[in-house]
Amino acid sequence: MIQFTINGSPQQLDIDPDTPLLWAIRDSIGLTGTKFGCGMAQCGACTVHLDGKAIRSCVTPVTAAEGKSVTTIEGLGSAAAKAVQDAWVRLDVVQCGYCQSGQIMSAVDLLSRNPHPSDKDIDDAMTGNICRCNTYVRIRAAIKQASKALS
Amino acid sequence: MKQEGKTSLSRRQFLVMTAATGTGLTLGMLLPGCSREEPVQSQAGPGKAGGEVIAPIRFEPNAFVRIGTDNRVTVIIKHLEMGQGTYTGLATLVAEELDAAWSQINVEGAPADANTYNNLFWGKMQGTGGSTAIANSYEQMRKAGAAAREMLIAAAAKKWQVAEGDITVQAGLLRHQTGGHQASFGELAELAAQEAVPEDVLLKEPEEFRLIGTRVPRKDSNAKTNGTAMFTQDVKLPGMLTALVAHPPRFGATVKSFAAGKARAVPGVDAVVEIPNGVAVLGKDFWSAKKGRDALQIEWDESSAFTLGSDELLAQYKALSEKPGSVARNDGDVPGVLLSASKRLKATLEFPFLAHAALEPMNCVMQRHQDGVEIWNGDQFQTGDQKAVAGVFGIAPEQVKINMLYAGGSFGRRANPQSDYLIETAAIVKAVGGEAPVKLVWTREDDMRAGYYRPMYVHKLEAGLDADGNPVAWQHRIVGQSIIAGTVFEVGMVKDGVDVTSVEGASNLPYAIPNISVDLQTTTLPVPVQWWRSVGSTHTAFAVETFIDQLALAANRDPVEYRRTLLKGHPRHLGVLELAAQKSDWGSPMGAGRGRGIAVHESFNTFVAQVAEVTVHADRIFSVDRVVIAVDCGIAVNPDIVRAQMEGGMGFGLAAALSSEITFSEGHVVQSNFHDYTVLRINQMPKVEVHIVNSAQPPTGVGEPATPVIAPAVANALSAATGQRFNRLPLKLSA
Ligand code: FES
Ligand code: FES
Repeated sequence: MIQFTINGSPQQLDIDPDTPLLWAIRDSIGLTGTKFGCGMAQCGACTVHLDGKAIRSCVTPVTAAEGKSVTTIEGLGSAAAKAVQDAWVRLDVVQCGYCQSGQIMSAVDLLSRNPHPSDKDIDDAMTGNICRCNTYVRIRAAIKQASKALS
Repeated sequence: MKQEGKTSLSRRQFLVMTAATGTGLTLGMLLPGCSREEPVQSQAGPGKAGGEVIAPIRFEPNAFVRIGTDNRVTVIIKHLEMGQGTYTGLATLVAEELDAAWSQINVEGAPADANTYNNLFWGKMQGTGGSTAIANSYEQMRKAGAAAREMLIAAAAKKWQVAEGDITVQAGLLRHQTGGHQASFGELAELAAQEAVPEDVLLKEPEEFRLIGTRVPRKDSNAKTNGTAMFTQDVKLPGMLTALVAHPPRFGATVKSFAAGKARAVPGVDAVVEIPNGVAVLGKDFWSAKKGRDALQIEWDESSAFTLGSDELLAQYKALSEKPGSVARNDGDVPGVLLSASKRLKATLEFPFLAHAALEPMNCVMQRHQDGVEIWNGDQFQTGDQKAVAGVFGIAPEQVKINMLYAGGSFGRRANPQSDYLIETAAIVKAVGGEAPVKLVWTREDDMRAGYYRPMYVHKLEAGLDADGNPVAWQHRIVGQSIIAGTVFEVGMVKDGVDVTSVEGASNLPYAIPNISVDLQTTTLPVPVQWWRSVGSTHTAFAVETFIDQLALAANRDPVEYRRTLLKGHPRHLGVLELAAQKSDWGSPMGAGRGRGIAVHESFNTFVAQVAEVTVHADRIFSVDRVVIAVDCGIAVNPDIVRAQMEGGMGFGLAAALSSEITFSEGHVVQSNFHDYTVLRINQMPKVEVHIVNSAQPPTGVGEPATPVIAPAVANALSAATGQRFNRLPLKLSA
């Protein structure tokens, strides 16, 4: 039995311990905002926060979450998260949308650590998140807008 | 193309339905050319929450607009939303003519129906592709909105006992100024549903538009920003099994035998079944199915499998490029004029296979019911897929119901003329038997290695210049597989042995050259191929636009000026060329190690020019710093979405210019995931500027046309910076 908190609620899972956290979240818990894109930490679609830090849930065994707190796109609520999601909508960043949960989780992580990122900080923090629709121009702009809104 | 003016709609063609539920009314409309009789059905329409049709006494699914007593206007969208913004664009067309408030508009994916929701450019087929969504729907959706508006006005006029002509409609409100009357759409929906169908629908003149041409916000932004948007990957049904398939290691191989014991022993694995293209493992969730698949032991029969490598293919293609192929265009006397030309230039260009690699790997959910089959999918080729799946089960296409979901990208992949991934799902459902829903999930590795690909091509070009450097002869030969051969599109799209998608962008060369020949050597391989965002232009634009630069250089002329002279008579090409040149400050000095390059190309009736600025760094590394894009797509229905598609489409092409390629080694696909099939990341994304040509022409598509232009623009910029020529994609600097 593995126990952790997800989006503030305690969770107990009786699950194969090598199940990646991604599939525990999607298939066992049933939260599907976190996406599967590559399964090998290459695309960032599966990004969630583990104790507040962005991780790739597709390569993180569910056991690594034991006793910790997991936040997914569905559980975002911080000021930084609100600023990011507002900016995302205002600038119509999304195209197909499939990468965007992961992009937003990475962006929120960045702004929580660094409220005023430079262009290079943004590129460095977001390089692990692929967008095949190439919405990168707007991702940059939205992070800047969110950063402004936070100050 | 006539867009404005009166259009007749007979009473029979326009039907009004009243759904007797709390949600109110449906204004259903059957447009000219789509008339058909249907048996009476007391059933809810697409996506409706139930309720029965009370007037008229037949179900008519050809509804594009539904107005509820709750004042919500629902627009039914016949095209797949895969990121290109069609849900927003098509809804804008309805809202414009209806004079609805944008905030009251909902959108809903249409069910599969070739008679009602067909792509008007494709005959009786429903599907999304070729950047046609806005173009084919432009009149259809506006008429739907205009007709509904007239019925609301007629209802209000009766209710208020006033003249129709004195009623105004604005942002979802009908008003009669002098009488002091006012009503929302919702308040009038029930009465409007009883109104006679307008005989004529008057569409707005472009100067009357208040939504078209403005930035209305996307309808899917919220759901795609808070994690609630539903993709095929997210479907969960009671009792659903997840299926992973072990595909043949090489194309053309088949299962000889397999042992399922170890796979079945994995906890959570429910079944192991053989299907025509491999072995499927079904589990209660992804991870059990994945572990089960890993435990499968399969012996493959590879006796007739594809065993070549990319190098061998390249040698074969190059040999073929020396021999004349089927003629796609032949103006004048190319061989004769080449002989007498003052200067002759040649180029042989190589293009690799490419994977679409949409971020949502291929998947599909399917369930067998007693009376048919139900599909949940981001489906791009609805009626073709419906037929294909019906074929597997031996049922009628109408018995296959498709529930439309968002697609996490496609770039052409989900419009597979062979319906490959749907047939695979159907084969699993059939093999398992029973009524459990099955979700097929491809891993990234499956997505990369099980096909389909943009074909590999070799191009051979030769041109002759006269003493003044003007081109007098142009010879262009293309070698590669046909995308269309063997598909339902073959009849219309393969002419005299020429697959038009292999030569588009080359055979319609816009440059004024008196002698032009374009021919095609079509190859046949067991490697499955398919259209990839911008199709033929993915390779022809690079060939044409880098070679024309090479000619300009040989003539000692500026690339923009050289093109300008040769594009007389092509005002829209010229328009974007001039705009991009001007906005990029073409001709201003760039500094050492930097270069600027231009390319202009038409695809899907949209004209795009791009100027790329590059910097060459140490160690044969370069960066693309800035891209200026000019686009002429007729009326820009939503300029912000046009911009988004220019940015994104360019980025998609840039990935292929910089690094993406699928290669073969002894028949095996070498690449498997994003570590070796590399795509564009944010740190490689240049600064982008988009300039839209002001136009009153009917709108054309923007999903694809930005993609093919960037590779030649970057190659030309690198040539300007380094003096090197670039003969293959992805681009590599030599030492
Ligand atoms: S799915 Fe985890 S990084 Fe791609
Ligand atoms: S929006 Fe489609 S992958 Fe990013």
